[in-house]
Amino acid sequence: MIRVRNLSRRFGAQAVLRDLDLDVAAGEILVVIGRSGGGKSVLLKHLLGLLQPDAGEILVDGTDITRLRGAALDQIRRRYGVVFQGGALFDSMSVFDNVAFPLREKLRLREADVRQRAEEKLAQVGLEGMGAKNPAEISGGMRKRVAIARALVTEPEIVFFDEPTTGLDPILVNTIHHLIVDLHQKLRFTALMVSHEIPEIFGIADRVAMLHEGAIALVGTPAEVQASRNPVVQQFIQGDVEAGVPGGGGRVGKERP
Amino acid sequence: MNEPAGSPSLALPLVPVAALGRLAQEVTRALGRFALFLAEAVAVALVPPFKVARFLERVHFLGFRSLTIVVLTGGFTGMVLGLQVYLTLARFGSEAFLGPAVALALIRELGPVLCAVFVTGLAGSALTAEIGIMRITEQIDALTVMALNPTRYLAVPVLLAGIVTFPLMTAIFDVVGIFGGYVVGVELLGLSAGTYFGEMQTFVDWSDLMTGFWKSLSFGIIVPWVCAYKGFHCGHGAVGVARATTQAVVLSSVLILVWDYFLGTVLP
Repeated sequence: MIRVRNLSRRFGAQAVLRDLDLDVAAGEILVVIGRSGGGKSVLLKHLLGLLQPDAGEILVDGTDITRLRGAALDQIRRRYGVVFQGGALFDSMSVFDNVAFPLREKLRLREADVRQRAEEKLAQVGLEGMGAKNPAEISGGMRKRVAIARALVTEPEIVFFDEPTTGLDPILVNTIHHLIVDLHQKLRFTALMVSHEIPEIFGIADRVAMLHEGAIALVGTPAEVQASRNPVVQQFIQGDVEAGVPGGGGRVGKERP
Repeated sequence: MNEPAGSPSLALPLVPVAALGRLAQEVTRALGRFALFLAEAVAVALVPPFKVARFLERVHFLGFRSLTIVVLTGGFTGMVLGLQVYLTLARFGSEAFLGPAVALALIRELGPVLCAVFVTGLAGSALTAEIGIMRITEQIDALTVMALNPTRYLAVPVLLAGIVTFPLMTAIFDVVGIFGGYVVGVELLGLSAGTYFGEMQTFVDWSDLMTGFWKSLSFGIIVPWVCAYKGFHCGHGAVGVARATTQAVVLSSVLILVWDYFLGTVLP
């Protein structure tokens, strides 16, 4: 469904993405892991068309979105749902209006349909009755769930999650992960998630890709990644500060486990 | 573009020239982005869907919320003008011309300029901060990835609201200011009301009103344009928003004065 080929992007002298290749198959949950500052969010912004690469292509069902602008790019984006790291809820609107916003503005549904679908989606994320509250009045975990409801309310084909559980306690992390899996089983969207949550993501991912120094160091099933002998992957999974694998050393080649 | 690390170094005398060239390039780029921002807003404004509710909310934001400060400052500006102009005219025995002097100063210059500066300080800064916070909290990115043009939702309504509200606010400022001059000149200093308003009617004509109108209309474009642009292009974090807000107020105020002088030389 999504194919990324030779994607490169520099910011000044710093190469953040280097000839990155990645495939996301239709209907799967692919989780991209990697160290902070490793380019995960930059990769995501390229997939969303918010940043333009210096080189390479991003094919969504065969269409290279790096060459698209304006309405043509919006056609692709209409198939997207995005859960931003901080939620990116509109703070001038209530929780309900945040969830209803894409239905009113993107799909232009009748108000009765908007109300029904938004309330249904809020119920699915366990927030029935919370619609009147302002985003500032609810907890971080609730904000994440509202963001998930807003991203999924239009039933998109492809959903991007940018660290959807960052800053939450372990119980909430699992709650959000279960919610994502439940909704994925119901709606069958394709998901690309950026996350740091080791080992929790191994329970929800179909495949895991390790991003290291701007390139994909390893892609595989959770079991394959956990069994990998790649020192970069093992250091990240173990959280081992003594392993000596550098954050800024030589490049790690692409590997299949 | 940043120069590659390995590029040959320039001879010492050429370094300032190269720096000047880079600065000129950056200024040109910034001006281009600034102009394109307005051009995109105008293009988007002409194509449905029109965000009427958002436009009305922005009229309230720019206009109604600034009403108190406009009335207050307009009144005291008129009173200060009334006092100072009366004392000056009294030296020449020309107190009768207080009415037209206050009215012309307010209608042609002070009304549009001061009103625009006060609204910039009050609503313009809030607008930049609001849009800037939306930028750094990814709310603008959220609109973009929903395939909804942020310019349509955030810039167009406030630009249209500026065009509507600034002339109205200026008219209110002028009327209150003229009344302030009346309070000082007539009620406190003893000029007759008939002289104050009669001479005003004689000397103030339609072209003076239109001069004030065109100025306020153009400030109604400049202020939302600058403030929205700075919000959209603010830097990272709270510091970025704070800097953008300061820049928006300073740049708007400077442009108001520069444009006021330009229009003053062009309009009759």
